[in-house]
Amino acid sequence: MTRNAILRPSTSGMHLAATICLAAFLTACGGPDQSARDNSQKVAEKATSTNSGNDYQETLMTALLDAKPGDVINIPAGNFSFNRSLSLTVDGVTLRGAGMDKSVLSFKGQIAGAEGLLVTASNFTIEDLAIEDTKGDALKVNEGKNIIIRRVRTEWTGAPKTENGAYGIYPVQTENVLLEGNVAIGASDAGIYVGQSKNVVVRNNRAEYNVAGIEIENTLDADVYDNIAINNTGGILVFNMPNLPQEGARTRIYNNKINNNNTRNFGVAGTPVASVPAGSGVVINSNDQVEIFQNEIKNNNTANIIIASVFESGISQDGMTDVFDPYPESIYIYDNDMAGGGKSPDRMELKALKTLKFGPLGALPDVLWDGFVDPAKLVGGALPDAMRICLQNGAAELINVDGPNGFKNPEIATADHNCTLENLPAVTLTGPLAEG
Amino acid sequence: MMGVRNLVISLFAFLIGCAGETNAPPTPTFHSEGYPEKLSDWGNLIAADGLLKLGYDVHPYDLATPLFSDYAMKLRTVTLPEGQLADYRQNDVFDFPVGTVITKTFYYNESGDGTVSYGAPGKLVDASLPLTGTRLVETRILAHRATGWVAIPYVWDEDQSDAYLKRTGAVIPLNIQHHDGRREAFAYVTPNQNQCAGCHAPNNTSRELSPIGPKARHLNKASTYHDGFNQLDYWRFAGLLRVTDDQAQSAPSNAVWVENHKDVSSARDLDARARAYLDANCSHCHNPKGPADTSGLNLEPDALGPALGLCKVAIAAGDGAGGRPYDIVPGHPDKSIFVFRMESTKPSEMMPELGRSLSHAEGVALIRNWIETMDGNCT
Repeated sequence: MTRNAILRPSTSGMHLAATICLAAFLTACGGPDQSARDNSQKVAEKATSTNSGNDYQETLMTALLDAKPGDVINIPAGNFSFNRSLSLTVDGVTLRGAGMDKSVLSFKGQIAGAEGLLVTASNFTIEDLAIEDTKGDALKVNEGKNIIIRRVRTEWTGAPKTENGAYGIYPVQTENVLLEGNVAIGASDAGIYVGQSKNVVVRNNRAEYNVAGIEIENTLDADVYDNIAINNTGGILVFNMPNLPQEGARTRIYNNKINNNNTRNFGVAGTPVASVPAGSGVVINSNDQVEIFQNEIKNNNTANIIIASVFESGISQDGMTDVFDPYPESIYIYDNDMAGGGKSPDRMELKALKTLKFGPLGALPDVLWDGFVDPAKLVGGALPDAMRICLQNGAAELINVDGPNGFKNPEIATADHNCTLENLPAVTLTGPLAEG
Repeated sequence: MMGVRNLVISLFAFLIGCAGETNAPPTPTFHSEGYPEKLSDWGNLIAADGLLKLGYDVHPYDLATPLFSDYAMKLRTVTLPEGQLADYRQNDVFDFPVGTVITKTFYYNESGDGTVSYGAPGKLVDASLPLTGTRLVETRILAHRATGWVAIPYVWDEDQSDAYLKRTGAVIPLNIQHHDGRREAFAYVTPNQNQCAGCHAPNNTSRELSPIGPKARHLNKASTYHDGFNQLDYWRFAGLLRVTDDQAQSAPSNAVWVENHKDVSSARDLDARARAYLDANCSHCHNPKGPADTSGLNLEPDALGPALGLCKVAIAAGDGAGGRPYDIVPGHPDKSIFVFRMESTKPSEMMPELGRSLSHAEGVALIRNWIETMDGNCT
């Protein structure tokens, strides 16, 4: 209740003024295509009498169709309804609202389209607006370079539920990407999801009441910092999935607040996130070279950090290409402020484990590892130093739950992981995203 | 080949002579820029005298197994610039010269009370589609300009006199009667111009628009519009396509969608029919370079194994996974995500993502049967 009140001030009564305002803007920026645009709008009325009452939808769709590289499309304050998805295919466009609580694109009445806004373009910036209640994903950017998404809110305004769309902010196969200052709420998969991308910075965002707060998947070189991931099923996920064009590696997660991610898993059965136990702070699955440091990770009821192989999610080996590496390696956890985790794990086998090993009032350790190791990589019975899972985190303990043997002999194994790894380099955004 | 084409043109001229000048077929006009306001501005298709008339040198064609679009019947045409041919490609869309115009008109049968229905696409009479009892909905133009292909959508007006530019798409409420008598209301959605690229930019890196249908495997079938001809041969003889004997003889062919595949005796085997269906309905996105390569699922005719969806976990399907473990679970259509997404009409679940509001019962049945007959376990 409170979060909605904070995030969505009333904007009723602003619609008409806003539409006029945008119309004026379009006229001012007309250029050579103005006559074509006028024609299309004049004819549009004639051709589709069924479509009256969707003024702003028509206006924004037309602006997106007519966009030229370098254009800034301003979206005024107001609450605007759309019944079909929006799309942008032109490079170099900026879409700018008046604020994430002021310019609201609502897709509550959507009848067609798998997302709210689909962008297939490079050099794209979107800022200061909200996309609400899309049937599928809210904002998807499918393949592009130099992408900036900032101060955008994606939200499903009802309770967290399975019927909500899958992803809030969803760049996939993108390169040189900055996501900052966004708010993502209620996604039935991930609030902020970066897939199959390269060179990514995710910072100062807030992800709440999603199945996955922030997910970095099959992505190379991502820095995830200064974010708040609370009240999700899992706070921050770093995954690799099989059969995709790119396997990910090198993610740094630091200075985040990753607390109370205990919302029941409302993901759709069959999706990878549906296997994430409620109460997961950070989850690493099958990914390599992940550095987790200086975060606050507290009160996540299953475990503050989980390190797992895709084996553990039980998916078919037949459906996996042979080249896929399902083992999480080179994981370095240090200097995090962890507390209060593992008190009430989500799954029955984990509940049993907790009670049997740590007592009815006990808790699972901060770090839970499923124990899968690639036998092909062992040298003299041990992984090479550079591939190990290393823990330098004060009193935090690590439990190996013995997944390879059906969870028969779970053991505290903190001492086996008393090692260090070389630090990963910081991600440097380049080109138009380069920072002085 | 040019000789044959001239012969065809002469034949048109002969027909005009018989019909008198007032009934002369329209002359197409290629627009090298801009978005003409009316479909008739192009002259490829003109509604007049109760007919949808094809212009000079406007050639109708159809596809072995077409894309499903809410049961709409489709009239496809191609027009090449004077004196130029398309070049044959074995697996890709033919290489059409600048100046080519392709049209696709979506229409239904219509009864007196406005309910629409469907059947086999109508034969043309004197290069025209009779409009009595016909409801034209939209015509999409693909024009090959010097700057590349451009997609321009037109929506037919209520009195069916012309179609008007509708770049932002439209929602048209329709009532449809199915073959079994069942009726349902649905919203027919025409694409906005950017969404055209959702299908017609099969390479999501170059993002160049292109036609999808005019590939050898889709066209290599008995001609619907020119009795006695294989359609590829017709394209060749009519001077539309530059293709050698060897190429023509070794051209691939997709299975033909015969009467919604109910007439199995005249169709190819189940696997060929299912792969043709997936090719026509899915592979424009689900190919190794397409916008859906993010899923790792490839539905082109040569895909195999996990790439084809066998025991493959969904990557980012969201609601579309439908609580099912894999894209295809051999022997178990009701455990397969494919069938779930084809049956659904919810925007967040359905596949394809665009282009239909209804589920294609016959297409679903085909893919069901195909999965049902597969052997194997996902282990």
